[in-house]
Amino acid sequence: MNIVIASGKGGTGKTTVATNLVLSLKETVYLDCDVEEPDGHLFLNPVIEQTKIAVRLLPDINYRKCNFCGKCVEICQFHALAILPPKVLLFEEMCHSCGACAYSCPEGAIREREQPIGNIRTGYVLPEGRGFVEGRLNIGEIMASLLIRQVKAFIQPQKVNILDAPPGTACSMVETVRDADFCLLVTEPTPFGLHDLKLAVKVLRILKRPFAVVENKAMDQNNLISSYCQAEGISLLLRIPFHRKLAEAYSRGEPAVRVFPHLKQEFLLLFNRIRHQLETEKVFSEDSIISVELSGITRENIREMNTIFPESRRS
Amino acid sequence: MENKSITHQQIVILSGKGGTGKTTLAAALSVLFRKRVIADTDVDAADLHILLKPQLAESYPYLSGKKALIDAGHCTECGLCQEYCRFEAIQNYQVDPLACEGCGFCVQVCPENAIDLQETVSGHYHSGWIDGGILVDAVLQPGEGNSGKLVSQVKKQAVELAKSTAAEWLIVDGPPGIGCPVNASVTGADLVVIVTEPTISGLHDLERLVELLQRFHLSAGLVINKADLNQTICSQIKSYAENNQIAILGQIPFDETVVNALLEEKIITDFLDSPASREIKQIFKNISSLMAMRSENEVVREQAD
Repeated sequence: MNIVIASGKGGTGKTTVATNLVLSLKETVYLDCDVEEPDGHLFLNPVIEQTKIAVRLLPDINYRKCNFCGKCVEICQFHALAILPPKVLLFEEMCHSCGACAYSCPEGAIREREQPIGNIRTGYVLPEGRGFVEGRLNIGEIMASLLIRQVKAFIQPQKVNILDAPPGTACSMVETVRDADFCLLVTEPTPFGLHDLKLAVKVLRILKRPFAVVENKAMDQNNLISSYCQAEGISLLLRIPFHRKLAEAYSRGEPAVRVFPHLKQEFLLLFNRIRHQLETEKVFSEDSIISVELSGITRENIREMNTIFPESRRS
Repeated sequence: MENKSITHQQIVILSGKGGTGKTTLAAALSVLFRKRVIADTDVDAADLHILLKPQLAESYPYLSGKKALIDAGHCTECGLCQEYCRFEAIQNYQVDPLACEGCGFCVQVCPENAIDLQETVSGHYHSGWIDGGILVDAVLQPGEGNSGKLVSQVKKQAVELAKSTAAEWLIVDGPPGIGCPVNASVTGADLVVIVTEPTISGLHDLERLVELLQRFHLSAGLVINKADLNQTICSQIKSYAENNQIAILGQIPFDETVVNALLEEKIITDFLDSPASREIKQIFKNISSLMAMRSENEVVREQAD
């Protein structure tokens, strides 16, 4: 199972939700797909076991065979090649690494060479049972979607995979979410948060992915997000209130579940709601929002915990 | 692309990390600077219009490039296109337009000539009137790619309007990250204003952004937002800035007025007495004097030549 944590607007709390989910569940894999600015490691402090260089392919001309016929230039949709005998010029930043030129060259004069675009670090997060994967784009490199595809190759289907998506609603977000089993959209109750949430919802509807919303930095008497979700028939699963202590913990790189350990129960509940929504395809109504109380776990949440996870009562 | 004869100064606001306050600062600066054109280049989550409320003047379609289309009537379902596509954009002999990059490899390999490339509209960009100025922004259709190209079009339009209206300033509200939309946003910048926050991720993302800007030889100034959230990291950021020759333009304290202003869809400068508003005014002055100092230096240098 793979759950993508995404948001239209940046800085709403994707990494917060993703890392705390990973720390609250067992048998999970965290995959940082925000390859331009991967920050999950700051909160999870993973033990890195391997660093692999991620590459892309670029055309390489064999001048012994090239007769400057111009077929490659004609084929390339991105204007990445130009013929200036005795050279074929390649504009690397225009090339999409599609391979069409190498395939189409009548002289077989184009081979593809590998060029590093970033790296993928893998390892684990303590306490045990949690995998860690991170894509990190080299600075100045633009092939984010390609690197995200390579990060996704580390998904472990038998485990719960939590994918931390890049912000926005463009190609790199789509690449992260396009084959997700479920997507959580994290937002905040401001006009910017709502506007960008609507864009992200459009993407998920086009991609036909099941999804729900998490409201972060929630404020009393502000129902901007909940009334939108209700009107649209979208599950709002969790509300995390704005709390200076949470913001400060975040600033230090300390996961919320370390500062408020009872939050683990609430992230467990969140995961359970996701499973339930996937099984029943039913949308949760507003009165079943998991409301995070930072002074302690709520009575309703305890009751629900005990019915869903009776084993937790014994331990 | 942009020639030397232009008289306006271009300020690009970036952050690396999302949600640090780029748009809040951009909206405030767009009120404080006079004779200006504003561009919103965060094209896949453009929010500046919410605060600036432009009156639409002109709208243009954004042609992002081409996409493959399979003619089912001629397709024999041989599967070659699926095999060769490197973007996993073809499944069940159909093209997923959101994954297709328009490279045309499938057109080359199809033995039946059943695939064509077709021009697609992936969004729009607009110019609109705001109080005494112009806003250029865009709407990328959700899920579309190639946003760097749309950013370039927004900027091109903004530069042209800045020239034709003899604007003195071009203020650009940029996207998060350090990828292709950011690269397209900083082209031609006279100053990059980085908005960060004193968090461990804010600092981490700042370092990656600064490294990118150094490659482009761009000069940058720094604004620390919510500066009082974490003193330790705030001083780390300041010494990092010092070591990298980045001027600190201001430190905005955490101020509830900012959130309240946003909830009312108002610009923070409307709230004269708020601490954030006062600091932003100082930032505006610091940017102005920094730019004035620089153009004086340039004049001196030209005379010396």
